[in-house]
Amino acid sequence: MAERIWQKTVFAALKRADVKQIAYVPDAGHAYTIKAATSDPGIRHIVLTTEEEGVGIALGAWLGGQRAAVLMQSSGVGNCINMFSLLENCRFPFLAIVTMRGEWAEFNPWQSPMGRRTQAALDLMGLRVYRADAESEVEDVMSAATDSAFLAGEPVAVILGQALIGRKNWSGE
Amino acid sequence: MSMPTPIVQRVNRRPFVQRVLDAVPEALVVTGLGSPTFDVFAAGDRATNFYLWGAMGGAVPVGLGLALAQPERSVVVVTGDGEMLMGIGSLASAAVQAPKNLTIVVLDNGHFGETGMQPSHTSFGTDLSAIAAGAGISRSFRVGSLDCVPKLIDVIRSRSATTFCQVLVEPEELPRTLPPRDGIYVKERFRAALGFQPF
Repeated sequence: MAERIWQKTVFAALKRADVKQIAYVPDAGHAYTIKAATSDPGIRHIVLTTEEEGVGIALGAWLGGQRAAVLMQSSGVGNCINMFSLLENCRFPFLAIVTMRGEWAEFNPWQSPMGRRTQAALDLMGLRVYRADAESEVEDVMSAATDSAFLAGEPVAVILGQALIGRKNWSGE
Repeated sequence: MSMPTPIVQRVNRRPFVQRVLDAVPEALVVTGLGSPTFDVFAAGDRATNFYLWGAMGGAVPVGLGLALAQPERSVVVVTGDGEMLMGIGSLASAAVQAPKNLTIVVLDNGHFGETGMQPSHTSFGTDLSAIAAGAGISRSFRVGSLDCVPKLIDVIRSRSATTFCQVLVEPEELPRTLPPRDGIYVKERFRAALGFQPF
């Protein structure tokens, strides 16, 4: 998949916010950010076995004086629920970028149960949620989210809607 | 399922933790919830101890993020078999990063100590040091006596490779020694000790 402008906008915002650790479970929507982080010597890219590891890593990074971001697909939000307790108990800057599945032109119904509840789960665990569904919204949303996370010290999630990311190609081509 | 239990040497957890931490006052320490948190506090409270009281499975990830952020400091994760099992995939994530300054010490008593001493998987044959080696952690070993303490101290001080040390400990129930459970306070104290200001 060729990268699109909004994908570069996401990475540029993380870079501008001086994020030093990017932890992720891959998603097609995050492919550019992961690739860019991999080739940036100033950023540590950390592949995870489950998204909840990213919450712990972000706390550890902050304890050690660095800012982190966690990239995940909507299904990963469900994996994080109990680990999100760290956000309330330790109150540290936290930024998750969540790409949506199971909400728009979704081919795979197995994505829907978590996709329908992703925002509610983030709300339930006390994160401030920003959302972008159009290319034109991404820059402002990322700028606001990085300010909320790293200037106000809030736990923040940015949801990138499935309409923004686009249809997944299931044709096998 | 039952398996024959081999005769193994086990060490008392508190003296083991005490001897190790006494020798590495400069180390940054992250503890896994339950008995390891109490063991580390009993060995002496330090601003550079970060005590987890929850977030089961999170000890190695917290230690990993810290080790990557502070490569010039030794980072020691002290956790238990149950906590390690819940976050077992984090061993693979740590192995990929391979921070030389990260040492993971698992106090393996074969039981979930805080919930009534129910046997854990390690009582039935699950081998944590083999899992760590299989996850790709280059240096992984098992110990069961105080004789091994100098080796572990050398490992922590040398910052020469990510290391996993499984410590077979007696399944004893000890008096709880309770560190502060205000996570915000413990976090701020830790960061201040490293010279970081509140945001």
